[in-house]
Amino acid sequence: MDWQYFWELFFGGLTRGSIYALIALGYTMVYGIIELINFAHGEVYMLGAFTALIVAGALGIYGFPAVAILIIAAAVAVIYCAAYGVTLEKIAYKPLRDAPRLSPLISAIGMSIFLQNYVILAQTSDFMPFPNLVPQPEFLEPIAHIMGASEVLIIVTSAIAMAALTLFIKYTRMGKAMRATAQNRKMAMLLGIDADKVISLTFVIGSSLAAVGGVLIASHVGQVNFAIGFIAGIKAFTAAVLGGIGSIPGAMLGGLVLGWCESFATGYISSDYEDALAFGLLVLILIFRPSGILGKAKTQKV
Amino acid sequence: MQGLKKSILVSLWFMFLTFPLMVIRIDSLNGTIDWRWENMLGMGAGIFVLSFVWRFMLARKEAGRAAAAGGAMSARGAWFERLRSDPKAAVPAMALIFAVFLALPWVFSTYQTNIMISALLYVMLGLGLNIVVGLSGQLVLGYVAFYAVGAYAYAILNSNFGLGFWAVLPIGGAMAALFGILLGFPVLRLRGDYLAIVTLGFGEIIRLVLENWSSFSQGPSGIANIERPGLFGMQLSVNEATTYIYYLILAAVIVTIVAVTRLKNSRIGRAWQALREDEIACQAMGIDITTTKLTAFALGACWAGFAGVIFAAKTTFINPASFTFLESAMVLAMVVLGGMGSVIGVSVGALVLILLPEYLRAFSEYRMLIFGATMVLMMVFRPQGLVSPGRTKYNVPGADGVGADAARPAAGGNA
Repeated sequence: MDWQYFWELFFGGLTRGSIYALIALGYTMVYGIIELINFAHGEVYMLGAFTALIVAGALGIYGFPAVAILIIAAAVAVIYCAAYGVTLEKIAYKPLRDAPRLSPLISAIGMSIFLQNYVILAQTSDFMPFPNLVPQPEFLEPIAHIMGASEVLIIVTSAIAMAALTLFIKYTRMGKAMRATAQNRKMAMLLGIDADKVISLTFVIGSSLAAVGGVLIASHVGQVNFAIGFIAGIKAFTAAVLGGIGSIPGAMLGGLVLGWCESFATGYISSDYEDALAFGLLVLILIFRPSGILGKAKTQKV
Repeated sequence: MQGLKKSILVSLWFMFLTFPLMVIRIDSLNGTIDWRWENMLGMGAGIFVLSFVWRFMLARKEAGRAAAAGGAMSARGAWFERLRSDPKAAVPAMALIFAVFLALPWVFSTYQTNIMISALLYVMLGLGLNIVVGLSGQLVLGYVAFYAVGAYAYAILNSNFGLGFWAVLPIGGAMAALFGILLGFPVLRLRGDYLAIVTLGFGEIIRLVLENWSSFSQGPSGIANIERPGLFGMQLSVNEATTYIYYLILAAVIVTIVAVTRLKNSRIGRAWQALREDEIACQAMGIDITTTKLTAFALGACWAGFAGVIFAAKTTFINPASFTFLESAMVLAMVVLGGMGSVIGVSVGALVLILLPEYLRAFSEYRMLIFGATMVLMMVFRPQGLVSPGRTKYNVPGADGVGADAARPAAGGNA
């Protein structure tokens, strides 16, 4: 067995998986609180990548150093994605909170199509090159043959983001309010939790994580276009379902598992059906274990 | 005053929100930035107006809801109700519409006829999806997969075995129905949003297979030189063939409308609607959920298959790019715009969404943007669609006696 190849695939999968996990967290948190598949979440991720691209381009023209560009671009992308997430919720989901369940889903699909075309019209439908902003430091030289600096950055950043999120949910007042709202929104409101605020915060956090994912993947892959959100969104959703939708550790685990599955399947079998793999996996999980790896099975109440 | 302040804030917010994408454009070749401030001004002004409209619409929706709860029926749309329920008005109206459609290819050019053909194809697709989404309430997002199955069935059977259009039409429909059942079986237990995602995945898998399995489907380059439908072995020029296909699809649409209307009021149609309203109650009333769902899937898919065969015959060239998720979303937008469950509504929705962008050339760029916005706005302001499907009320003798059998949105639901 070729171990070097194996490790390459392993870390490639870990990189992908981290990104999926970052996006999946947004799906799973929103689902946990308002039981809605935020179909436009993948588009928020794409907007994050695009915003970062524009900011990076502008700063590049003014001659900023690469590391500063990366940090500023990422920060701007996070702020804008959070703003987009909240606006999205106010327009497309809030008026539909008491509507039948199909309505917000259709409105989410509409929003997703709208945002894609908004980017096409405002910018371009072509692939845009994303500048390589991640420096290759000296101390990463020993592992350079299996993973590059941008991969290390993705893994480390995602790990930090996820750890911060876990701590936030677990120990802060707002995190507690979020957990309470997820368990039972009506009861939480009776206890004086402002559900609207919690929902907005959920969108802020989810969208920011997606933006981080968008910036990281754009600088890793090196190109961006309006359609990247769709596939990434579906895959992240698969990851969320795989881990058990509504469960935050589940989304992280699901993302990693999906990343590895894809990486090993394309590396050892064939890359023709790379995207079909995620879809197939999604169908299989939903049929055989809809509650996912870490989710609890829900009984239907009559 | 309050409203003015709010609108200004909203408009400022959107100016901020759209700033990087709308204003900055990087010209990386020359290393310059193109600042498009005029977009920001336009955005601000547009949003300012829109936010008033938005609030007005929301208020009106609330008022409408209150009025409906009070039992008053709005006078608006009454003429339409009359047109639909009164045979004296309905028959001439239908005859007129029919005559217009019949005369169309003789009045307009081949180009216009071609546009009408694709519009009618979408009517057919919309009506098929309406069975699944509108009547039985199962949100299917991969509908275009069945369309692809029909189209590829014709393309492959025609180019490999020389089978003609009329032979393949039933085969294509049956193949699509088979795929519908194949998809239906595993997803029986799923509902709502999960079902939507799985069907989306299914649609994408079909497309990816068509793209990658080159020996079967010739991959992304597609299949060309598909035969047009024959008319008793006559040789038709391109213009004549277009006219012929137009009548063909017109007939197909009429058959579809008749079939769907009949289905709606049949035993199975009522079962679908019960399923849509409440799955558990439906099951408790003794309806077999499995067969009900599977027939909905199979019949919905079957129509997409027919439409696919006609599509392949019309364009004489197909490739996987014609069967993307956007196509599914577009058909869904038609069903949503027209009114889920309403046959007239879906037909009108499809015609509006295809013909408007064709004739308003200035808007064709914004077509998908408008599709997306339409879906959101319809859900927010008018979830029942342009034409709300009339609820048929059945009078049970001995129950409370008098009752209108006219279509009227029932306040309580009859699940």
